[in-house]
Amino acid sequence: MSNDATVALKQSGSSPAPRESHARNWRGLGWGFIVKLMLMAIANALGITIILAAYNVEAWVILGASVVLLIVADLIYFMKRTLPLKYMFPGLLFLFVFQIFTLGYTGYVAFTNYGTGHAGSQQQAVDAALIQDERRVDDSPTYPLAVVRDGDTIGFAINADGFVQVGTEEEPLAAVDGAVVNDSGTPTEVPGWELVPRADLFSDQALQDAVVSLRVPVSEDAEDGSIRTREGATGAIYTSSLVWDPDAQTLTDTDTGVVYEANGEGNFATADGAQLPAGWVVTVGFDNFVKAVTDTALAGPLLKVTGWTFAFALLTVLTSFGLGLLFAIIYNDQRVKGRRFLRTLFILPYAFPAFMSALLWRGMLNREFGIVNDWFFFGADINWLGDPMLAKFVILWVNLWLSYPYWFLVCTGALQALSTETQEAARIDGAGRWRMFRSIILPLLLVSTAPLAIASFAFNFNNFTIIYMLTEGGPPFPGTSGLGSTDILISAIYSISGVDGGVADYGLASALSIVVFVIVGIISAIAFRQTRKLEEI
Amino acid sequence: MRNKFGIGVAVVATAALIAGCSSDPEPAASASTEPSSSASASEAPAIDGTGVELVVWTDAEREGALKAAAVQFEADTGATVTLVQKNFEDLRNDFIAQVPTGEGPDITVGAHDWLGALVTAGVVNTIDLGDRAGEFQEVAIDAMTYDGQLYGLPYSTEAIALIQNVDLVGDTAPTTWDEMIQMSNDAGFEDRPFILFTNGAAGDGYSAYPLQTSFGAPVFVQDESGSYTTEVGMGGDNGEAFAQFLYDNGSAGTGIFSDTIDYDTSNELFASGESPFIMQGPWMPFFDDSDMNLVVSAMPTAGGETAAPFVGVQGFYLSAQSENTLLANEFLTNYMSTEDAQRTLYEADPRLPALSALADEVSSDPITAGFVASAANGVPMPSIPEMGNVWDLWNAAEIQIITGAEPASTWSNMVTELEASLEG
Repeated sequence: MSNDATVALKQSGSSPAPRESHARNWRGLGWGFIVKLMLMAIANALGITIILAAYNVEAWVILGASVVLLIVADLIYFMKRTLPLKYMFPGLLFLFVFQIFTLGYTGYVAFTNYGTGHAGSQQQAVDAALIQDERRVDDSPTYPLAVVRDGDTIGFAINADGFVQVGTEEEPLAAVDGAVVNDSGTPTEVPGWELVPRADLFSDQALQDAVVSLRVPVSEDAEDGSIRTREGATGAIYTSSLVWDPDAQTLTDTDTGVVYEANGEGNFATADGAQLPAGWVVTVGFDNFVKAVTDTALAGPLLKVTGWTFAFALLTVLTSFGLGLLFAIIYNDQRVKGRRFLRTLFILPYAFPAFMSALLWRGMLNREFGIVNDWFFFGADINWLGDPMLAKFVILWVNLWLSYPYWFLVCTGALQALSTETQEAARIDGAGRWRMFRSIILPLLLVSTAPLAIASFAFNFNNFTIIYMLTEGGPPFPGTSGLGSTDILISAIYSISGVDGGVADYGLASALSIVVFVIVGIISAIAFRQTRKLEEI
Repeated sequence: MRNKFGIGVAVVATAALIAGCSSDPEPAASASTEPSSSASASEAPAIDGTGVELVVWTDAEREGALKAAAVQFEADTGATVTLVQKNFEDLRNDFIAQVPTGEGPDITVGAHDWLGALVTAGVVNTIDLGDRAGEFQEVAIDAMTYDGQLYGLPYSTEAIALIQNVDLVGDTAPTTWDEMIQMSNDAGFEDRPFILFTNGAAGDGYSAYPLQTSFGAPVFVQDESGSYTTEVGMGGDNGEAFAQFLYDNGSAGTGIFSDTIDYDTSNELFASGESPFIMQGPWMPFFDDSDMNLVVSAMPTAGGETAAPFVGVQGFYLSAQSENTLLANEFLTNYMSTEDAQRTLYEADPRLPALSALADEVSSDPITAGFVASAANGVPMPSIPEMGNVWDLWNAAEIQIITGAEPASTWSNMVTELEASLEG
């Protein structure tokens, strides 16, 4: 017993009140309190670091959440009344950061059109449209250029064939007398103007932005184009035809008169449907959910994928549970010699990384070079991975191979935990082997294994690894969905999200993720409720 | 380096007195042009970017190359170039996701076929190489061009070519498909005269593309400037002739093509001498560690026209939201585009150079020369964002035909579906 505890005991005297926690006790040496103080100091330092970092990058939501969480943490750990929360707070924090936040963000994306062509804000889409529209005049030479200023007015001084000309945004280029240029032709002295050193352009952000966006008209006629610089030392003539009108929310092509209007779908489009390439992120309500069931190219394949997902998850659990249980019963029999050794061997497939096993099987099942056809089917030409039905069978087979050892383990353990008395009683009552298995062993076994079976169902419902490593979802369905016969929902979501290349649709992928979450959640809830009945036997 | 640039400008400037300048009302006034004498050395346009940090995203293979190439820039300007290493596969999506938030880099390494996605996401800026563009191979500049605008500085190209095992069939490169098959048959490789990579049962339109173009059936029609239109070019008689060719050499015909050749298999079959010919790229491992005698040449034609492979180009993209646009442009157009920098990149990570002079220089190696020759016949891989859908349909149709589906209808159905999906 430590010093402070003894002190505490003495001071609390003979009163029967519960002993004060070490962490609150600062009388005597107070080690407990000091340790708590140090831990909280570290937590606060971390919190304040995050808050400052969030402030620096102007991430206001994270800043707000961090401040609230830090204050709550301090209140909880320095107040007397919040004892239960002291234990629960770390767990709640992790729940909030890693589960609720992620789910919330996925939920938000599900209601947007975030994806290829819709990546940023509207202002960024306008920037992109203007960037993509501005073109260098074909025969424009490259002029040596210097940035000049007169008070707040910034201009370009260019050297056109030995003649220095200066202009600003308002004033077109005009020749200047008495200018001096250096070896490389860059103006170094321009009467009436102050030369801006190039270093200033790099270090002064506001000045840099002004220079990058400055266009000096070549002449009074806007059609002639304007001088622009990209790196601050040379300039060339560019023309641009798009004009952005922030009030009307339109981009107008001054050459053709075509007006692109901001529509509600995050695009600039004309009345007859022509669009500018870059759009922006907008919320689209339930469009993504509606699209999943109504889009002609997608709805059919997605329905098949959903059906196969259920079949795959259910069949995997049933087959692997069945096989695992069968082997467990056989190898639990006292008469089997070398049981321990054999049991160890059974576990092996479970010990390999699943993705490695899947890749190995993929090689072994190759139609022409795989050993499965060569060794077991007399070199027959069986297209294991290319035929829709066979590929589904292969997925189930390999997953059975991968997951029955788990059930073998679990069932062996559960069988050994069953009370022998019940079984003896049944035997005395005259129950045969089958009767005993059906009425005694299986129900008792299910009490402990049913929740695991539900977890296994939920896991296999989202078992991306085996699908991706074995068949990549193929063979593909006809059409442009990009999905295939062995795709389950999670691998379909991966294809749709466009992470692997192609057109990305994060909004749709997130919407489908939410659907999967809801499905798994509902099934698990119902199933867990059912298993409670098993315990009443 | 700066002086060279100055001379170039002087030449250009004297050659051109046009457009804007000539509209100046004051005729050849006394704009005093005082040459070198008055301008002291200290007034030379030294760039001082001290304290500025350029962030460049790169993959592991190019990190060393970029570090070496950035040394001169850092020494000249005082700016720092911070390299952030990522997986090459992640660069595209991360760039699209991070640039709009303001957390993106100033510059990223990338492949040209990402361009459609980058442009529609609005995250990439145009660059202007000026006269330097002419120093690059045309296919490299074309690849980095989208809708008539140049978006990236190319630095390497890659294309597949015909690789033959000299020990098995001699060193004469065949000029037609029939000649190649004959050479194989004569050498005793009737079973497997040629290896076509199909990515297993997934299909690979990329690897079969030289054969397809030799029938005059390009995936998209190119306009006169070399840019792709969205008009599908693989339909019609030429496309069906190619489909028939696939069928005739698939499981229902000679059996040369099959849907079982994935990357490891193709590599193993060729390296172990099971077949004397393969059509693959410079990335195959048997170039690194083997004493095989190889000849690399442009793909022979099967349909009579030039067999044009897809050329993939890699280069550097400039972020549309960069806060250091001026310096980033300086870095790309005046440092990374120079022969010195491109040579440094090549030496650290040998890929076929995009710079013409450098490509000629490294062609002294016969293997490299073979790939350069093949790429010279090539066309850029289309970079429209819908390419993902195109591959899906295209690969699947080829595999179906190879495994015995009716060629003409399978192919024309694929073309019809493709056209419908591109419209919608």
